[in-house]
Amino acid sequence: MVQLSDARLDASFAALSDATRRGVLAQLSRSESSISDLADRFHMTLTGMKKHVGVLEQAGLVTTEKVGRVRTCRIGGRGLEAEAAWIDWYRSVWGARFDELDKVVQELKQKEQSDERSK
Amino acid sequence: MNEANSADASVQGRTKVERSDREIVVTRTFDAPAHLVYQAWTTSELFKRWWAPRSLGMNLRSVDLDVRTGGTYRLEFGEDAANSMAFFGNYVEVIPNSKIVWTNDEGGEEGSVTTVTFEEQDGQTLLTMREVYPSKEALEANAGAEGALPEQFDQLDELLASMAAD
Repeated sequence: MVQLSDARLDASFAALSDATRRGVLAQLSRSESSISDLADRFHMTLTGMKKHVGVLEQAGLVTTEKVGRVRTCRIGGRGLEAEAAWIDWYRSVWGARFDELDKVVQELKQKEQSDERSK
Repeated sequence: MNEANSADASVQGRTKVERSDREIVVTRTFDAPAHLVYQAWTTSELFKRWWAPRSLGMNLRSVDLDVRTGGTYRLEFGEDAANSMAFFGNYVEVIPNSKIVWTNDEGGEEGSVTTVTFEEQDGQTLLTMREVYPSKEALEANAGAEGALPEQFDQLDELLASMAAD
């Protein structure tokens, strides 16, 4: 099992603060892809997509490799990093969701406590 | 992450994710008794408030939960009927205030089985959600499909940007 440290999350949040970059990460978690394919898929210019991939690469979420004229992008670097990048993203979804669940649960708790007091 | 300078991040930090080849485990402790967490999970109106949080920008069009052993559920995301995505399955096992097991049938044969347990101790509840996929490939292809809905990205932006700014 891989477990993610908070420091690791912190480093990737900035890279993940952009909708396109999260989309790219989700896409690369399914299969590797060239920059031009990603640009097409996200309706962007090649230059724009290069910038996004660059940010993800610097955050260690994506690696790229140029073969001939094609630059191929993959999620993560080594196997462990790919897994961590994927978990970052997964945890950002569940963290947000459980923060909301917590609010609902606290409301229920307060209501239950005030109901008990009024009995 | 430095807890002292980021309240949002430490809240986020309470949600723990672990993964192995075919399994994802998410845990979180809630400061409330198990029957309340269970209630928020099994009541459609309450479920709708947190499963599709505004901060994620998800639009949950409909929620239909029949939480009992053998019962079914169906969730529909999307802006309108023409652009919606459904998640559905059935409840394999339901033990009130303690455990819910359901199938995720939208993935066909690659679908996972999810088990959520609610363990109460000293007035707090440890929630453990375990998703088991038939294969590593199925996990990678399907896990987090809801999280990848394009419509959620815009508002997740705001959430993550506020975290990054802390």
